[in-house]
Amino acid sequence: MTLFRRDAPPDTLTLEGRVVDPVEGIDAALRVVVEDGVVAALEPLTGTSAARVIAPAFVDPHVHLRTPGREDEETIASGTAAAAAGGYCAILAMPNTEPVVDSAAVLRALVERAREEAVVPTGFMAAISKGQRGEELAELADLAAAGAVAFTDDGRPVVSAGLLRRALRYGTVADALLALHEEDPALSADGQMHEGAVSAALGLSGWPSLAESTMIERDLALAAYEQRPLHIMHVSAAASVEAVRAAKARGTLVTAEVTPHHLCLTDDVVRTLDPNTKMNPPLRAAADRDALVEGLRDGTLDCVATDHAPHARHEKDVPFEEAPFGVTGLETAFAVLNTRLVRPGTVPLATVLERMSAGPARAFRLPVPRVAVGEQANLVLLDLDEEWVVREDSFRSRSVNSWLLGETLTGRVLQTVAGGRLVHGA
Amino acid sequence: MADRRRHLLAISDLSRVDAERILDTARALERSLDREVKKLPTLRGRLVVNLFYESSTRTLSSFDLAAKRLSADTMALRASGSSVDKGESLRDTALTLGAYDPDVIVVRHPHIGAANLVAASTDAHVVNAGDGKHQHPTQALLDLYTMREAVGGLETLHVAVVGDVLHSRVARSLIEALALVGAEVTLVGPPTLIPPGIEQLGCGVAYEIDAIGNADVVYVLRMQQERMLPGAAFVPSLREYAALYGITPERVRAGQVVMHPGPMNRGVEIDPRVADSEAALVTTQVRAGLVVRMAVLYDLLTAGPVHLAGELEVA
Repeated sequence: MTLFRRDAPPDTLTLEGRVVDPVEGIDAALRVVVEDGVVAALEPLTGTSAARVIAPAFVDPHVHLRTPGREDEETIASGTAAAAAGGYCAILAMPNTEPVVDSAAVLRALVERAREEAVVPTGFMAAISKGQRGEELAELADLAAAGAVAFTDDGRPVVSAGLLRRALRYGTVADALLALHEEDPALSADGQMHEGAVSAALGLSGWPSLAESTMIERDLALAAYEQRPLHIMHVSAAASVEAVRAAKARGTLVTAEVTPHHLCLTDDVVRTLDPNTKMNPPLRAAADRDALVEGLRDGTLDCVATDHAPHARHEKDVPFEEAPFGVTGLETAFAVLNTRLVRPGTVPLATVLERMSAGPARAFRLPVPRVAVGEQANLVLLDLDEEWVVREDSFRSRSVNSWLLGETLTGRVLQTVAGGRLVHGA
Repeated sequence: MADRRRHLLAISDLSRVDAERILDTARALERSLDREVKKLPTLRGRLVVNLFYESSTRTLSSFDLAAKRLSADTMALRASGSSVDKGESLRDTALTLGAYDPDVIVVRHPHIGAANLVAASTDAHVVNAGDGKHQHPTQALLDLYTMREAVGGLETLHVAVVGDVLHSRVARSLIEALALVGAEVTLVGPPTLIPPGIEQLGCGVAYEIDAIGNADVVYVLRMQQERMLPGAAFVPSLREYAALYGITPERVRAGQVVMHPGPMNRGVEIDPRVADSEAALVTTQVRAGLVVRMAVLYDLLTAGPVHLAGELEVA
């Protein structure tokens, strides 16, 4: 058991709509009958709107719950409420907290809190290195036994190739999956945004795409050499997509994720100097964005991950150069991808649904949500046509550092059923 | 009009017409400085706040005197000896100042985006007096003014900008301003100090000092040693930099003028013999700074040049 949440009885309910399940190969109007949290029947239906879609609920493999340490920015309760509103039935929390999740004691305390507070089943990643300092391995086996889903030093790269190789080899003991933030700090230096014409014009220090792609090349070579699996987090550059694609073709055990903001934005928006356009890795050029979209479409990028990164208002409301990296994303991910990628016809709906659900579930060896009789109900009911404006008061998250404030989005999560329980909508 | 407050945060806030109007206003104001009584009543009762988070001699004194010459009240807040020392955020400081209803806030800050933040936090017109490596638009306008007065027609001008473009807000503002008025710009410096992609602002790039030969104006940038991170030197040594790119008398062609935003590192980016020569317009730039900043304050707070003649005569 690697996902944890507050105990409550399962729900019995009925959903009606157009079921789109890319795993089961369903696209049909159906009545989904859920009894005691389990899909009991799928019954044919006539006269439902094609815009009212029932799909397998989403899985987010990259969420910062800021707990322990920064509960003013997010708590397990608020972060999982945001996840429920975003259509998620499972999320994975990052270990770069205060303290870092690098010991079983810290992880067990978090699991206890998740059992009290989590609305949506929540898994935890633990650190690869003690204190995420990149010097010594954390106790991977002990952490795995305490429930760690995977291991990452996210927020920073594993700079030492020697340490990463050791983590890959030792990780065999705990069957540990490593998830990597890829950044060569010697090349990204104090980079504030993508290095290119926009950084040159603004004077912001550049974080070039090769600081990511060269690290990915190195780490894919290590993983192939050790024949261990690797997950590449928040891919941002065209050369990185190409590296992952080539490694997959060679048979390397690699999966990769991409964020909604990297799929939708380019570095051009940084001209506004809005701190909510400041992320790590940074927004890149149009050619990079196009390569990410193509990678999502052809499956090189297995999953959409929000990298939901809440920040206190007073810490983000500062000059761009002083602002921390990161934006929230749990409550807008589906709507923005529907608006910017599905509706213009760039990526099919079924592909987006797969990359938000089965893709991340498989990458992290979690149960794949399916709309099938006998399965635990993990369902999301979507209205593909509903328009809404993103406002600060739209959010369940404790933080409002969204790059979409003021934007009109099309597509809304009406209901979320996570692990057999209705967690969002009525 | 959605936002009636105008700001000068970056050169991109200006159209060519705006820039030329400000330069024309500056010229009219310069004539007023020849009088015995140099003060104009134009901005009487207005409040100009100078909010400076970086040490600055010439820019702060220039804005302060510009406001005083127009009879505005001025108030200077420096990073040291203020609530900034107590950890107050820029936004809170801006809100506090906003309570005095200032007409203009002039902001100098080490970080990019600071002036934008102040503009978003108060009802005042905001003038960016330098935010990190980003912009310093009044410096660019005073440089345009100096070039126009000293050399002539801006649209036929060729300017070579020499040195550390990477770390220079002066360079970025000037490149954009020169592009705005149609001048030709060539950046000259070591490849490590010319950021990739800068040519998309509409300038040429050369790595050989010979490239300054065709220019009418040689604009020398300060080697900003204080911006170089420890262990991340962009050139092997200042000695080698001076040998390759220093502006020496031998490298200046007759008829060229030499400009520098100050403060100069004599013997590094500019040879003292050049700095002290007739070709150097450094003190002309300082004088231009005063009248251009007067013109900017005037332009933001009044409807523009239409009323200028009348008001100046009343004075």
